[in-house]
Amino acid sequence: MSGRRVLLTGLASYWGGRLAQALEGFEQIETIIGVDADDPTMELERTEFVRVSNRHGLIQRIVRAAEIDTVIDARLIVNSVAASSRVTHENNVIGTMNILAACSGPGSPVRKFVFKSSAHYYGCEQDDPSFFTESMRRPHPPHTALERDIVDAESAVQDFAVKTPEVEVTVLRCANVLGPDVDTAFTRMFSLPAVPMVLGFDPRVQFVHEDDVVHALEHAALNSVPGVFNVAGDGVLTLTEAVGLLGKTYLPILPPYGTGLIAGPLRRLGLRIPNEMWNQLRFGRGLDNRAYKAAGFHYGYTTREAVMRFGEHLRLSPVMRGGEHEYTYEREVEEFLRWSPHVQRDREGAEADREPLGI
Amino acid sequence: MAPERTSLARPVEPDEQTAPGDDALLPAVPEDAPELMPAVEPERRLDDWGRSERVEGIFDRTIVDFFYRYWFRVEAEGLENVPSEGGALLVSNHSGALPPDAAVINKVIKEEHPHPRPVHITVEHFFKGYPGFSMLIPKIGCVAAHPANVHRLLHDERKLVLVFPEGRKGTEKLYRDRYRLRRFGRGGFVEAAMRAEAQLVPLCVVGAEEAAPIFAHADFMQRLTGLLYFPITPTFPWLGPLGMLGYLPAKFKIRFLEPIDTRELGGAAAVDDKALVQTVSQEIRARIQDNLHDMLAKRKSVWFG
Repeated sequence: MSGRRVLLTGLASYWGGRLAQALEGFEQIETIIGVDADDPTMELERTEFVRVSNRHGLIQRIVRAAEIDTVIDARLIVNSVAASSRVTHENNVIGTMNILAACSGPGSPVRKFVFKSSAHYYGCEQDDPSFFTESMRRPHPPHTALERDIVDAESAVQDFAVKTPEVEVTVLRCANVLGPDVDTAFTRMFSLPAVPMVLGFDPRVQFVHEDDVVHALEHAALNSVPGVFNVAGDGVLTLTEAVGLLGKTYLPILPPYGTGLIAGPLRRLGLRIPNEMWNQLRFGRGLDNRAYKAAGFHYGYTTREAVMRFGEHLRLSPVMRGGEHEYTYEREVEEFLRWSPHVQRDREGAEADREPLGI
Repeated sequence: MAPERTSLARPVEPDEQTAPGDDALLPAVPEDAPELMPAVEPERRLDDWGRSERVEGIFDRTIVDFFYRYWFRVEAEGLENVPSEGGALLVSNHSGALPPDAAVINKVIKEEHPHPRPVHITVEHFFKGYPGFSMLIPKIGCVAAHPANVHRLLHDERKLVLVFPEGRKGTEKLYRDRYRLRRFGRGGFVEAAMRAEAQLVPLCVVGAEEAAPIFAHADFMQRLTGLLYFPITPTFPWLGPLGMLGYLPAKFKIRFLEPIDTRELGGAAAVDDKALVQTVSQEIRARIQDNLHDMLAKRKSVWFG
């Protein structure tokens, strides 16, 4: 396939921005169009941003007009603290449905659909297997709103895959992500002076580094890898082991029973533990990551390395604070840079002043 | 013999196996690809199952060693039946309020086998719900008895795995029912071994029944505490939770029986043959029961063997 034309949804989200930056470096990708209801949060070279809500009619017009062949949907909200449950539902379920609707229909140019899902799809229960493989379904129905939304969104994608066999569908179920820039429930918890734990439990935890997630999405966009895949670093740690690697102390202060009662006071103290994480703090979760490796993907970090890198970042961040400038999107400036005939585009090393990806 | 409770119309228990998902999108994973397994990180003290060499070592050197050498004075025979490499599923009878048999079997292989390997002990997932216990249990080498876990251990990691097909039915039986094997589950252990094409090694443990006899069950207390069961033993609940460790000094004898090679049964291809699975399960049960009778007939004293 030459001259790939890619549409990214959720360009303003962390993953949307990171992925757009990553894809800009590939010459075989001719066009990158990002859509979102909000302004992009990361500096982009050649990605075109279109401000549009998750309305399928509008997205469909963009898809057809630009003859998009690859749609990458990385806008799923996987942390119930990050947004209200109504916004989450709207984004995760209704948004996914609308984007799938925009990609389907007779004469649709879309040939590939990549969906970033979450390991919350599997849930977290006492009688779980120690390593979930992609063929396993969660043993119990979801009992938090977020997990329900993720299961619904994924079943809509699976439905789409069955009904439109001409589109190659890749679903990536990502484990909990750690990294210097991403904001997840675990990065917040590990940033606290001491890490709270549930008394009497030492759950197994597995992480994936943020760069590995970006590369995993990239791998799915550039190669033919239809199917559902777990994305998780090698190795499963226990929470105490991870906290030890970070060089922090742990506080077993969360009671094993009656967690619903303690959640309110904790929230007032400024510690918000998302509902879907309570069971994870008790029973933990491990994923089998072999399928994506078999599909040709190589991880840059193991779980342990991801935790250690994050520990280095935590130790450095008080020193580095304030060094970086915040990026704000200015439409006029971006349009000038992209379209003005006075801008010298062929300048060598235009990429050099940007942080390299990965290591 | 105990009343046979196996029937064809057995109820389907939901916790048996995680149901397969919508397989329209499932990728094909190569069956044997050891290079895809996570590499062992030598700096780590724990493995991916949460097993801790350090914690296990502390237990092994102290309490397990004491019971193994001086309290139970364990004698074993047939250790040559435990393979030195490759996946093998050890199948044992099970008893005792807080069963001592698992730790003793692990220790026997560590001490007396020419090529000792750690044994992964499958336990009920209920333990994952008890605070404190849930931290300790994986660290000393126990994993939840889930078919997917057993398969990964046997097939992908080629480890020794110990199962008690009687499950809690074995441990909660009363003293008067000693050495009468309960129903062997639904043959799930045979299926797991066949799918992984691993060896099945039946074994018998004599002594555990007398070491931790249960005289009665306090159902009221069980409901009150939410424990799996609330047994009345010589030391429990009189000495508090530590009373669960109040074993009597019975003489332990362990006999490993001739292994069954599941590849000769047809291996992974024959897993769906339920009749074969049930037959093998019944045969293993009968062999363990016969050998138990044989060992009991030869035993002159409960305490001195």
